[in-house]
This record gives sequence, structure tokens and C-alpha cells, in this order.
Amino acid sequence: MSDTTIYTARKIITMNRNRPIASHVAVRDGRILGVGDLEELATWGEYKLDETFADKILMPGLVEGHAHTMEGTLWRYVYCGYFDRADPDGKMWEGARTIDAILDRLKQAEVEMTDPDAPLSGWSLDPIYMDNKRVTRADLDSVSQTRPIGVLHASGHILNVNTKALELGGLMKTGLNHPGIPLGADGYPTGELYGPETMTPVGVHVGFNRSLTDSDAQGLRDFGKLCVRTGVTTITDLAARLEPDGVESMLSVTGEDTYPARVVPLQMFMGATAKETVDKVVALKKRATDRLRLGRIKAVADGSIQGFSARMRWPGYHNGAPNGLWYTAPEQLAQLYRLALAAGIQVHTHTNGDEATEMVLDTLGPALTDVPSPDHRFTLQHCQLADAAQFRRMKNLGMCVNLFANHHFYWGDEHYRLTVGPERALRMNACRTALDTGVPMAIHSDAPVTPLGPFFTAWCAVNRITASGRVQGESEKIAVEEALYAITIGAAYTLHMDDEVGSIEVGKKADFAILEDDPTEIGGPNLKDVRVWGTVSGGRVFCAADL
Amino acid sequence: MPALPVTVIGGYLGAGKTTMVNHLLRHADGVRLAVLVNEFGELAIDEDLIEAEDDTLISIAGGCVCCSFGSDLTGALLEMAKMHPRPDHLLIESSGVAIPGAIAGSVSLLDGFHVDGVVILADAETLRDSAQDKYMGDTVLRQISDANIIILNKTDLVAADALAETSAWLAAQNPNVRIIETQHGNVVPEAVLDSFLVKAAASGPHHHTANMEMMTLTPDQRVDVDDLARHLADENLGLIRAKGFATSLSGQKMLIQVVGSRWATSEAAQDKADGIVCLGFKGQMSKVALP
Repeated sequence: MSDTTIYTARKIITMNRNRPIASHVAVRDGRILGVGDLEELATWGEYKLDETFADKILMPGLVEGHAHTMEGTLWRYVYCGYFDRADPDGKMWEGARTIDAILDRLKQAEVEMTDPDAPLSGWSLDPIYMDNKRVTRADLDSVSQTRPIGVLHASGHILNVNTKALELGGLMKTGLNHPGIPLGADGYPTGELYGPETMTPVGVHVGFNRSLTDSDAQGLRDFGKLCVRTGVTTITDLAARLEPDGVESMLSVTGEDTYPARVVPLQMFMGATAKETVDKVVALKKRATDRLRLGRIKAVADGSIQGFSARMRWPGYHNGAPNGLWYTAPEQLAQLYRLALAAGIQVHTHTNGDEATEMVLDTLGPALTDVPSPDHRFTLQHCQLADAAQFRRMKNLGMCVNLFANHHFYWGDEHYRLTVGPERALRMNACRTALDTGVPMAIHSDAPVTPLGPFFTAWCAVNRITASGRVQGESEKIAVEEALYAITIGAAYTLHMDDEVGSIEVGKKADFAILEDDPTEIGGPNLKDVRVWGTVSGGRVFCAADL
Repeated sequence: MPALPVTVIGGYLGAGKTTMVNHLLRHADGVRLAVLVNEFGELAIDEDLIEAEDDTLISIAGGCVCCSFGSDLTGALLEMAKMHPRPDHLLIESSGVAIPGAIAGSVSLLDGFHVDGVVILADAETLRDSAQDKYMGDTVLRQISDANIIILNKTDLVAADALAETSAWLAAQNPNVRIIETQHGNVVPEAVLDSFLVKAAASGPHHHTANMEMMTLTPDQRVDVDDLARHLADENLGLIRAKGFATSLSGQKMLIQVVGSRWATSEAAQDKADGIVCLGFKGQMSKVALP
């Protein structure tokens, strides 16, 4: 018979109503044999008692339903963000709060580089926290005039580059006439590039190319470390290109004995027909492993609200910007939904604007009439601007939603002031409405857009505080217990994995978040400060301090 | 090396883009076309045109190719420019929801490429409905407003008065556009790509098609080249396309390229002979003359 280990804990929060709190959990073969007190668990026979967690709080391993493994890769670049953020090795990078601070950090990194021609890359820049003062190519030229430099904005939609990079990309010239390339008084580009079509020609010279979204082996390992540090044991890569080499690499890395998380990559619906995409994912699903859950699709309906590329219903953008862009036509989405439903493949669809959400609801309804699928759990991702009526339709269609709680903190002020105006800003990421309507809900970070950290995400949903410190949308706050549900079993449900992970109960995977603080006692205002010791994934113990 | 001409072909789903691209490939007649599509599955190349096929490239009779660019158009363009032999003309078939003007804008950023215009296919039968569509209406209107040439396709499916009404509506949406009515995507190739126009002009006596004709203007002295190009692009003249060479007032040989109301001039090799080939609608060519 296999060995049984019984862990003693200060407290085990199970998220299972039949045994909400316990003191011990028994693990056998990487699964939960039972949860309760020692006497109860001892009835399973011989065991080894492990006191490692005797003073810790155990929760189900946290589930992040919308992130990108690219976060792991980006940490090899210079962090230029405004907020403090921890890297995969646990080093806390202080936020760079002025342009000078950003330039100093880049200069320091530049000095340490040995290859004089290698590009210098930074990430997570966000001028909105610095009175919207823009970085120019002259600023970056002060770091180096001979080496191409590029700094990607936190949104991922804007790239700042220096003169050398513009030269290499063929854009260091006058006479350019493109809405994505602001020009200086001298007629040359200022060095800010908006949107993929202007970023791509220069991006390849500064370390940002398309394949960055496919994290490499090192990036995926680093991503795993971030999971351990944040208590996450199941995480999505939303979305991936899943080209043959990338799939092999992901299978190999997640298959390593020391890989600490279950990764759920979703195939991006782009650049192939609905049929090709569904056929490919059906084939990929057969190759899924315990730690690489292939077999799902992500579609993208529109762009982003702060980029003014989200599709908005009347009255549109608050500042009068024209309506955004469709990334997928309704007909293509309709075809995808029908084929995927028929093949039993789940589709998650990115919508930001409320018109995009409406379009998805209008499209999925008829598809479900054609292909009845009682437990499809098709999920709206972000879905930031949905109103109450749309949540009611989601409920009726059997949809789930994964709301972007972190966004509310980072860009809520911007939405209030500029993009959607005061009234609609209050209802953004409407967690309370989702729960009251009975729509199964998760909340997410969209890392690397915002930092990975489910307790921070939960804090955002509980407090709805923006970066400037205002509470925005009092009526959409949720309780701590509801937020903890959303980052465990709630997110697992949106992935059809709630039978395996998301709670601590017999038969499920032995996936735990090991905590120093009790999130149910620390209080809503402090929820983001819950300290994470590490994780247990499939019965294997990962201590953050030992990574 | 002269800039590689790029034509952006757009229009909403079902307008007949694929049929027209096949038609152009079938009539390429020695012009090496490279067709870039979002995804292969969207563009069904007629079986009899295909010579060879792999995951990323379809080789087509007559030296043409078709490749899918997925999400990296810039990369695909740069690859195409490196091919041997180099294609004569690139055709980007944009997706049904794309804003073709944005694609043309991106192409114009790249050195070594020249935007030969935006050609939009529209379905004569469903166009007005699509323009009213709850979700796609404004996208369809943006596509129309980006066009230099609109191919109003499937005219056989609508009554004459309805067609006239749709045509007039289109002209009101985009006063600068040239509208070519057609059926089954059977458009005169010279109207879609300037490479065809140049070849047709070089192949001897100007042939006349069903509803279009061609003529060549030959300036006999130096001219204000921008003035001339602007004149040829004037909507009152109604030319669909014009392309050729003239000598500037300072004696520099210049290339003139006109598609609908869009015009461009650029320096050319001095050994080029003056002469601009013009394509317009039959019956409207009498007023075409040097300014």
C-alpha cells in the first residue's frame, strides 16, 4: 500500500461545507485521502505525521483563471512599473515612481550588459501614475544611443523606444502619417508606438516579438516560481499559440518532477478557421497531462477599454472616442461556438466593452439551441462593463464569468475620469451582481498586465479601492468568504476542474496554499497582506523561501 | 530596388473576396502575385490553380504564391520581399472585421513597400443591410470610407433600380471612391492592381474591356508632376487608375501612381520614357487630357 502522510496545521480552511475547518489533512498518492482531526484520519491505517505546517494555515491551492505564462519571461527584462512587485526569485522590486527613476534603473542594467549590440528591454511602464508625463526617445537615448532600447507599457498596447531602435525598425524618418505614431516638433517620431502594427516592426529589435507570448522553458519555470510565492497551484495561460515546438516544451517543463503547478493553456482563436482550431484542440486534448491541461479555446471579441478599442454600446466612450474594434466577426464566433459545443470543447471569450458582451450573448444563444450542451460553462473573460441585464442573460445561457478585479484598482480612476465616465465606472467588474444573479464567477489578475496574486485580487473585489484611494462601486463589493471562494472553487468551476481542485476534500488533488496568516481573520482591508509560505502541488511540498 | 506594390483587399464576410482573388490569380498572365491571407481556411484557392502546398505556402501556376500571415502581417510582408524571384505585387486579403485603412497605414510604415490602394468588395444584395447591422454596421461603413476602389459585386442578384440606388448610396458614403460593378468577382484585373495595368499597357495596342478603356497620356515637356497627379486623381475626371512616368520641372524623372482619388509621386530612374497609362470607364475618357 502507498504511504500516507498526515499534515498537522494550525487551521485548514477547506472550502467544503461539510467540513469547513479542520486540523489535519491526509495525503496519499498526491491526492487527499481525508480531512478532519487526527483521530478520524488515523482510521485509514498506517501514516507518517508531518509537523511542517503545524503553525500554518492551509487553504485549497489557489486557482488563477486568467493569466499569461509570459509573466515568467518578462522578468528577464527590466521592471519599470510604478508599484512594488516581486520577481520569481522573491526579490521585491520597488516601484519606479518617476521617469528619472526608470531611466536610472535602465542605466544600471545597461552598465551590466556585456554585448554592446544587445537590446535593452523594460516592461510595465505606466505614465498615468506620473501625471501622464510621456517617456520620449530622448529620455531613452540618455541610457544609450548605440544600443536599441524598448520599454513595454503595463497594458501591453504601447511601446517606448529610443532613436537607435527606431532606426533599426526603419521608422526614424519624417513624413510618417499614422495614428499610432505620435510625431515631435521636429517631425520625427517621439518614440511612443501604439498598437501591434506599429510596435511589431520595431519590437523585434528590442526583444519584443510575437513569440514572447509563448513562454520558453526558462520563462515557464520562472512562472512556476511565481505561482509558489502567491499560493497558486492551478493557473491558465490565456491564450497561447500552441505551436508544435511550444507544446513539446510545455509538456516537457511541466512534466519535470519539480514543476509546482497545473498549467491550463487555452488555444487562441486567431489565424485559423473555426474548424481548424476545434480540430487542433480536440487533438491536443488527447495529449493533456496531469500538469498540462490542453484542450480549451480562447476567442477574442474586442480590444481594451483604456486603449479605446473595446466595443461599447450607446453612449460610447465618455471622452467621445470612436467605437473600438471587433477582433472576431460574429459569424466566425457563431461557427466556433457550434463546432466547439459539438466537440465538447470549452471556449472562453474575451470581451471588455458591453457591446462585445452583448454580441457574445446573442451569438451563443442560437448556438446552444442548435447544439444543446447543458454543462458547457462557456466563460466570459474580463467582461468588465456588463450590466445587470447582461448578467441575467449569462445566467440563463449557463455562462460563467471571470471578472478583472485587479483592473479596477489599477485603472478605475482612469475609467471614471476618461473612458466610460462616473456612472458606468461604478458597475465595472460587477462581482456582487454576478453572485446575486447566480452567474458562476471567478476574479483574475491577467498577469503580467497586473501582478499575479490571488489575495490581492480578492482584496480588490472586497474593497473596490482605486489607485488614488477612492472606493468606486460600493454596491459591487463582495464579502471575504465570497472572494476566497472565487479564487479557489469559483475559478476551478470555470475550467471544469472543480471536481479535482479548488477545495480540500477527499478524492481531490493534494493542492494546498500554505499561509502564515488566516485570510478569514486578517480582515477585508488587509486581505492583500496575507503572507504565503508556499504550496503543495499533487502532494509535493514547495517552500517559497527554498526556490 | 523599386518599392514592392501592395494592394489591400477588404470587405465584409461573403462579399466575394475569395472569388475575386481566384479570378486575379487565373488572369495573372505572368505577373507574379503573392497573396497574403489571415488564414488559409478562409481563402479557398481553386484546386486547379494549385501546384504545390505546405503548411505555410501554396504555390500557384504562373509563379504566384499564397501564404497565411496569422497574427504577424509585418513578418509575412518582410518574408515575401525576400523571396526569389521577388513577387511583382503583394495582395493582402484582410479579414472581414479588419479596418483596411489601418492595414494600409501599417504597410506604409515599412521601407520597400508601396501601398497601391485599398480595394473593397461589397455585396450588392446585402450591403445596405450589413451597413445597418447592430454590430458590424460601423465596421462596414469604415471599410467603405477607407476604399479607393469599391467592387460592387453580385449585381446579377439585384434589380437595376435597386443597384442604382445602392451605387448612389455608396458614392454618398465615400465621394472619392471609384465604384466598379461586377458579377462573380469577374472584375477587370487592370482595375484592381496597377501591375496588371502596366503589363497591359506594355503588351501593345490598348485593349478595351466590357465597360472600361485605357489610354496613354504622353507629356511632351517637363511638367509639375504633383499637379499632373492631382489632376489625374480628380473625381470629375473619374479615372480608376493611372500609372507612368513624367519629367519634373527640374528635370527629374518621376513615377506617378493614381488609384481613384489617391495619388503619389516618387523619383524614378532617368531612363524611363514619359507616358502615363490611364484606365477609366468607357464613355468618360474623352475628357482625359493633360492639364
